[in-house]
Amino acid sequence: MKILVPVRRVPNPDIKVRLKSDGSGVDTEGVNFLVNPFDEYAIEEAVQIVEKSGGEVVLVSIGTADCEETLRAGLALGALRGWLVETSEVLDSAAIADVLAAVYKEESPDLVITGKQSVDTDNNQAAQMLAAKLDLPQACFAFKVELGDGKATVEREIDGGLDVKEITLPAVITADLRLNQPRYAALPQIMKAKRKEVKKVSLGDLGVEAKSATKILGLSQPPARAAGQIVGSVEELVDKLVNDAKVL
Amino acid sequence: MDFGLTDIQRMVRDTARKFAAEEVAPIAAAMDKSAKFEMSLVKKMGELGFMGVAYPEEYGGAGMDYKCYAIIVEELSSVCASTGVVVSAHSSLCCDPIYKFGTEEQKKKYLPPLLSGEMLGCLGLTEPGAGSDAANQKTTARLDGDEWVINGSKIFITNGGPAGVAVVIAVTEKEKGSRGLSAFIVPTDSPGFRVGKEEHKLGIRASSTAELLFEDCRIPKENLLGKDGDGFKIALTTLDGGRIGIAAQALGIAQGALNAAVAYSKERVQFGKPLAAFQAIQWKLAECATDIDAARLLTYRAAWMKDAGMRFGTQSAMAKLFAAETCMKATREAIQVFGGYGYVDEYPVERFYRDAKITEIYEGTSEVQKIVISRSLTSD
Amino acid sequence: MSTLVIAEIRQSELRASSYNTIAAAKAKGGDFDILLLGKGSAAGADALKEFGAGTVYYSEADAVAEYTAESYAKTVAALVGEKGYTAVMMGATTTGKDMIPRLGGLLGAGMVSDVIGFDGANYLRPMFAGNAIATVEVNTPVAVMTVRETAFDAAAPSGGVSAVAEATAVGDDRAKFIEYRLTESSRPDLGAASIIVSAGRGVKDADGVKQVEALADLLGAAVGASRAVVDEGLLPNDLQVGQTGKIVAPDLYIACGISGAIQHVAGMKDSKVIVAINKDEEAPIFEVADYGLVADFAKAIPEFMEKVKAIK
Repeated sequence: MKILVPVRRVPNPDIKVRLKSDGSGVDTEGVNFLVNPFDEYAIEEAVQIVEKSGGEVVLVSIGTADCEETLRAGLALGALRGWLVETSEVLDSAAIADVLAAVYKEESPDLVITGKQSVDTDNNQAAQMLAAKLDLPQACFAFKVELGDGKATVEREIDGGLDVKEITLPAVITADLRLNQPRYAALPQIMKAKRKEVKKVSLGDLGVEAKSATKILGLSQPPARAAGQIVGSVEELVDKLVNDAKVL
Repeated sequence: MDFGLTDIQRMVRDTARKFAAEEVAPIAAAMDKSAKFEMSLVKKMGELGFMGVAYPEEYGGAGMDYKCYAIIVEELSSVCASTGVVVSAHSSLCCDPIYKFGTEEQKKKYLPPLLSGEMLGCLGLTEPGAGSDAANQKTTARLDGDEWVINGSKIFITNGGPAGVAVVIAVTEKEKGSRGLSAFIVPTDSPGFRVGKEEHKLGIRASSTAELLFEDCRIPKENLLGKDGDGFKIALTTLDGGRIGIAAQALGIAQGALNAAVAYSKERVQFGKPLAAFQAIQWKLAECATDIDAARLLTYRAAWMKDAGMRFGTQSAMAKLFAAETCMKATREAIQVFGGYGYVDEYPVERFYRDAKITEIYEGTSEVQKIVISRSLTSD
Repeated sequence: MSTLVIAEIRQSELRASSYNTIAAAKAKGGDFDILLLGKGSAAGADALKEFGAGTVYYSEADAVAEYTAESYAKTVAALVGEKGYTAVMMGATTTGKDMIPRLGGLLGAGMVSDVIGFDGANYLRPMFAGNAIATVEVNTPVAVMTVRETAFDAAAPSGGVSAVAEATAVGDDRAKFIEYRLTESSRPDLGAASIIVSAGRGVKDADGVKQVEALADLLGAAVGASRAVVDEGLLPNDLQVGQTGKIVAPDLYIACGISGAIQHVAGMKDSKVIVAINKDEEAPIFEVADYGLVADFAKAIPEFMEKVKAIK
């Protein structure tokens, strides 16, 4: 089985972002970039499927040349090779889905697995848009994936628990946090990743226009928390919660 | 000159940082409190290649460079100095001499289980009367037929408790002084070997620091490491490399303390503004960050020189001396930034402060580093 | 300029997010219709006809009786094509997050996720884990979006009666809904709870935890924990609130005996109202609390429960 895994380069989510003073974006000076954590679950799932029943895991990342680092990190987790679609443009999910669809057509995989959202934009859009554009079924927020003959049964994380969905292959699946426990890149795998093939192409090579349907006009700071008060007694506390805050 | 990390080094840093944050940091305080190392960490680190970073793949190593090794020790130490020294002592002090001075048979026999983390290693050098004066050994080894018979004791041995293999320095020809010392590979299941008392320490409490006792301890003749009389040379060469590991450990502790202080200074509000807005705090952070960066450059340079096959004894001494001093300063200032919260065990800076001191002592005190450095300046 | 609101029904029950989404449509301005798909949607449509929509569409057809993103997106796309809506919105529930981007893909429409407000023709949404608010412009004829429920107070009936009409359902047999496996717990889930009572190091032991649980049960709240309590083995790991645990934002967060380590605060600082009960008046938790009570929780909780019972 051939599995295509789109991966995204994101600023380290453990570091609180600093906004540029003119609101045009975030200041990434000194911030290290990582593979989007949800995509690591996708890679792990794909690698486990291939380890069990054969095939190959192919990564694709879209962005500047720096994304090669992201791809290598993914290759160190067990993927076989990767695509780097180089562009300096900022693409929205619709445009990303267009690019992924073009790579999909080049590779004709049996399955696309990716993270449910990237932790920078928190959009949660591109995989579903890709499925729609390719007219493939989808199973988002996967908790468990079972592959059968030409189909997949997917338990999905939904509000209040799980649901179970059956889809035909090829299909697009997005990974949620309980899907598996991503492995760490072992040092010998890091050495191997250096030698794995990364195919670099431009948007023009793929013949896609990649037109963004949305544009971020600016970023602003969320409002700060207002100062609180110290109450003198339990009675006063309950009174404030009932009458002022109206939460009881 | 290239001051950056290669792709591989960056990936190594990321994987070590992630492992440290997810697997080590959550249990670091508990391991410190119970003074007990979680041995499953050794197994996990072995699987990832952390226990054999800079050794060839043919012996089960990861085939990476010494700089990658320093990066791993640094990252582990930034959340848990004990874990840092477990890896460092194992790798620098036990695997290194076996790899460097061992015969092909010895390497094939001992390196794979060590480098895979199946077994921990230690170096038996220090004795009650042989600390900084390492040549003043009392432990003896004599050949009896096909076996060496070792008698004596070693103290303050990092990894001494759990180690499966010890590289042991002992006197083979007393009259020759330092040239009468030899090195041996001693499996810890050898007859006549036992672990004595475990020390109760100020810091790096989770790592084992134990006494090794040899009472007519018998090992095969072929377990002599290097040539008869090479022991002191092996010990000194080993410590040259070991200093890079301890410099990396000190660097990691310092960085961990600074990270904690920076985060806290941005969150903690006093007199209506975050601590980070006070110049007194800003200066502390700036000074520590600068010292840490300098310590990192010294440490990485020493590793780079070792990788390049250059002589690096002086540079590794400089790195360890400066990194240890920086570590003391950074952990002290981190507690100052935290104020009262830094003095209690709710935050890790209290542990970092206790862990810092040993970096000025073991694998050559700061005074010994200065001897090494000054000797390179004044000797002809 | 008209909006289609996708209301949501699950196991024949209208989900509360439907009312928040209607409120968002009203906040955006202009006319709106509502679409409700699935078993029970006829009754659901009836319940939604006094909220100011032009028409409330529904379908209980087999093709859409149970939710799949495939059939729902096709059905919505068909209605959008027919009626010419310029915006489609749904609550940012897991269903909305699943289906709306697929709809965007089908329509070639730009999408905005987690809308929290409108700025003229543009949209406001959080990014970077809530540390930035983005102003987003959509440059396609139709805009699709999910809206964050907590940003819009639930709409109330506004009088007038909408037309109710059946929508044309479009199926997709490549995707099949099998079943729900919903969690059954007497306490609400941490992520969904409107009130969370959380235990910190100050609760000390199992008896302290019991007190916290008793308060939670009285309030219909979820139980959370600080890292220290989880480390002590007093509460399971999946209840940990904080940077490395769950990030929560309930209406009311009651921190009992929690000192307020940065790591914990990172997981709950977006709660609407934060109450801190701690006997150490220097505890940093008081810096993020709306209401702080300097007291031993072991004494404060029973009194608190008594006062609440007296009101209810």
